[in-house]
Amino acid sequence: MRFGGLTAVRSVDFTVNAGEIVGLIGPNGAGKTTFFNCLTGLYIPTEGTVSYKGTVLPPKPHLVTKAGIARTFQNIRLFANMTVLENVLVGRHTRTKEGLWSALLRGPGFKKAEKASEERAMELLEFIGLAHKRDHLARNLPYGEQRKLEIARALASDPGLLLLDEPTAGMNPQETRATEDLVFAIRDKGIAVLLIEHDMRFVFNLCDRVAVLVQGEKLVEGTSEVVQADERVIAAYLGEPFEGEPGEAEAAEVAAAEAGSTNAAAEERSTTSTKGESQ
Amino acid sequence: MTEIEKTTPDTPAAPTPAARGLIALPLAAARALLLAGGIATAASAFLAWTWTDEFPGDLTITGYPGGLQWLTFIAGALTALFALSSYGIRGLGWLLPAGNNAPLALTALGGFATTWFTVIAICTELGGVVNLEPGGWIAAIASLLPVLGALALPEQLGEDTKENLKAYVAKPDRIPAPKALAPWVERAIITIVTAIGLAVFTYGIDTEYGELFIGYLILIAFSLWALHTAGLMDRFSRIVAHNRSFTLAMGFVAAIAFPFTQTDDHYANIGVNILIFGTVALGLNIVVGLAGLLDLGYVAFLGVGAYTAALVSGSEFSRFSGVQFPFWASALTGAAASLLFGVLIGAPTLRLRGDYLAIVTLGFGEIFRIAVNNMDGDSGPDITNGPNGIPSIPDLSFFGFNLGESHDIGGFTLGRFANYYLLMVLIMAIVVLVYTRAADSRIGRSWIAIREDETAATAMGINGFRVKLVAFALGAALAGLAGTVSAHVTYSVVPTPYQFAGSTPPNSAFLLAAVVLGGMGTVAGPLLGAALLYLLPEKLNFLQDKSLLAFGIALVLLMRFRPEGIIANRRRQLEFHETGQLDVPEQATLTDEPAVTKAGA
Ligand SMILES: Nc1ncnc2c1ncn2[C@@H]1O[C@H](COP(=O)(O)OP(=O)(O)OP(=O)(O)O)[C@@H](O)[C@H]1O
Ligand SMILES: [Mg+2]
Repeated sequence: MRFGGLTAVRSVDFTVNAGEIVGLIGPNGAGKTTFFNCLTGLYIPTEGTVSYKGTVLPPKPHLVTKAGIARTFQNIRLFANMTVLENVLVGRHTRTKEGLWSALLRGPGFKKAEKASEERAMELLEFIGLAHKRDHLARNLPYGEQRKLEIARALASDPGLLLLDEPTAGMNPQETRATEDLVFAIRDKGIAVLLIEHDMRFVFNLCDRVAVLVQGEKLVEGTSEVVQADERVIAAYLGEPFEGEPGEAEAAEVAAAEAGSTNAAAEERSTTSTKGESQ
Repeated sequence: MTEIEKTTPDTPAAPTPAARGLIALPLAAARALLLAGGIATAASAFLAWTWTDEFPGDLTITGYPGGLQWLTFIAGALTALFALSSYGIRGLGWLLPAGNNAPLALTALGGFATTWFTVIAICTELGGVVNLEPGGWIAAIASLLPVLGALALPEQLGEDTKENLKAYVAKPDRIPAPKALAPWVERAIITIVTAIGLAVFTYGIDTEYGELFIGYLILIAFSLWALHTAGLMDRFSRIVAHNRSFTLAMGFVAAIAFPFTQTDDHYANIGVNILIFGTVALGLNIVVGLAGLLDLGYVAFLGVGAYTAALVSGSEFSRFSGVQFPFWASALTGAAASLLFGVLIGAPTLRLRGDYLAIVTLGFGEIFRIAVNNMDGDSGPDITNGPNGIPSIPDLSFFGFNLGESHDIGGFTLGRFANYYLLMVLIMAIVVLVYTRAADSRIGRSWIAIREDETAATAMGINGFRVKLVAFALGAALAGLAGTVSAHVTYSVVPTPYQFAGSTPPNSAFLLAAVVLGGMGTVAGPLLGAALLYLLPEKLNFLQDKSLLAFGIALVLLMRFRPEGIIANRRRQLEFHETGQLDVPEQATLTDEPAVTKAGA
């Protein structure tokens, strides 16, 4: 992916399997968000493809979501003047199909579909713990709850792969802990998670695999131990060795989760590379 | 314990001076001044204000108020009523639920403004203060008294004069929650308010001269502002929220009742034009208010509908003069032609966002008018008759009921325009139904999502282009539908009205102004905005070529002080006034965290 002369992401080959939590880390400006934007079709990659469950996805955001990849944004992008419930209902868009006519005629089919959508949305709000705020405007939620709502909205499209862009940015330690549990719970629903994060403790606690992106290129990819031990990563990014080793319990949990995740083959791959001249 | 004393904010630690008025007077005197001044103002309307009936409305008769004097009378009565309520008179407490002073000050100012406007108008139009009879002087002084009284009411004053004045006209922070009312009481209130609304509206349409209309607007503005600061508007909208469909039904009953209150078909003509204008504005509200697409060429769709209806109307000047569709067929054809045109324009342009879209739609709107102008057989195919348009469009007729003739119904005579007015009420009902149903559905939510954040909306699986095209086409079809009636109402269609900006509605700029002024994303807003924007140039014909300038100034002022429009959508109100969290339940969480940002991806 290039912006004018700047190559933001180059030759990143990357696979996420079903039931996995994969972390994507890298210094500021490494191209992590750009990589997400390429995956979800917000940017059309200069070169390369994205495939999900074996089919190549066109670079159209709504088709990517329809195929089963949902995302959140680094800078929260809720529909600020819609209520919490309405935000999640918008997330249901691809999984419902009532058009203008059925809205105007209001037949029994329409009412049933609306009711089902609302039930599903309320289920998700229960899941993230915002059900009691269903009629608040999204803009009035505190920051941490806005992040949660974004996750609920993304989950509403019943994705197989969830992309989280810095889900704990700006959160306090307690909220970060809660988010950790939330991500595990999402994984336990059988949804693969790919997340960008700067909080190293969070990443290494959660992720089965971690990839490091530096200057648009993938430096290493592997388990937390491999990544933490890598000299280049330390040099490029961490500065000094990481201290808080993940506890035994979490390691066991991760291992157990890894063992139990062999069902559907959710896989996506993005290859972007530059061959042309930069102007 | 009186109502006023309750308002003094209980912030003992604040280093502000004690509550006192801008004018030093004891509270009792201030109140007395308000009450007495209000009554005196109302009474002064019965005096002769000038000696000659050259000033319109005939203000020369003692004992019988004329024209503008009625407005002074109503303003004085309102002031007195609010003053009585501030005394804590039983049965009037509901007028001042928050017990604040602002409504008193505003009604007093309303009376003052209306009266002084009249007095000054007499002096300038007749040439000098000599034209004032003693009655005029008395009225001027009497209307000043309540203002002085209001300024002497105790307020929490600071150092800043500007802030001090604001304390008199601002809405209280906390309006006590209303008592729960029985359903029938709520309905009775809605009925009464609708009846008053109809009366006020009818009065406005029936004003016969510009001065009266200005006085009317001044009085309305101050009175509504006073009711707003008293918190009565909030309470009423709460009641409306409980009884949506009943309110809608009452609204339509009032709309249908209007022509029966009119004796002169001229005013029904104004009514039908307002309805056409309002209906088209409501269609535009789907495009602008819901989907957030700035369309500057919207009037072209009205034109397509009107031309289509004219072509199939059976007019001898139509290219297809032999063809005469029944109305239902021509209405459908007009709407369908408009829809097609909307899709044709929308398909290439809706890929653009924001300003670019606005400019392209502006261009397409002009292309329609120019094309219609040229399709006269000389410069283009002979379809529309060029600048001459299609005249002598025959009147509609339903089952032998000719809309072009006067009919007697239950003792009321309904003229030609009254008939069309009633037809237009039906069309408007359809458009309101389409609007409300579409807005509250999956497609409506995706329009709002696109308006809020198009990138996030597409990332949520919304096909932005398709959803926008549906909004655009639906808006176009509704405008086309209104256009089919307008062709018959005006007897003829010509290209000139379908332009971007002009001094008479409807044109694209006026339509947009009606939506923005009335309140985007609401049903009542565009209708009210359309009524106001139609009546202003109609009534204030002395402004003539300066009317566009006057609108410009008025719009700028409105956008500065009430950006959400006259009727605020719940969402937009919260958007523009962050602190007023009206609809958020009590346990609302206020945080110091930054609000939602929309930058970056
Ligand atoms: N739309 C764009 N146009 C031009 N340059 C862009 C655009 N989007 C991103 N970039 C550039 O691409 C590079 C990578 O940006 P990106 O946002 O992907 O970084 P990031 O890894 O997400 O960083 P952070 O950790 O700060 O979020 C940066 O140099 C950025 O300035
Ligand atoms: Mg980023």
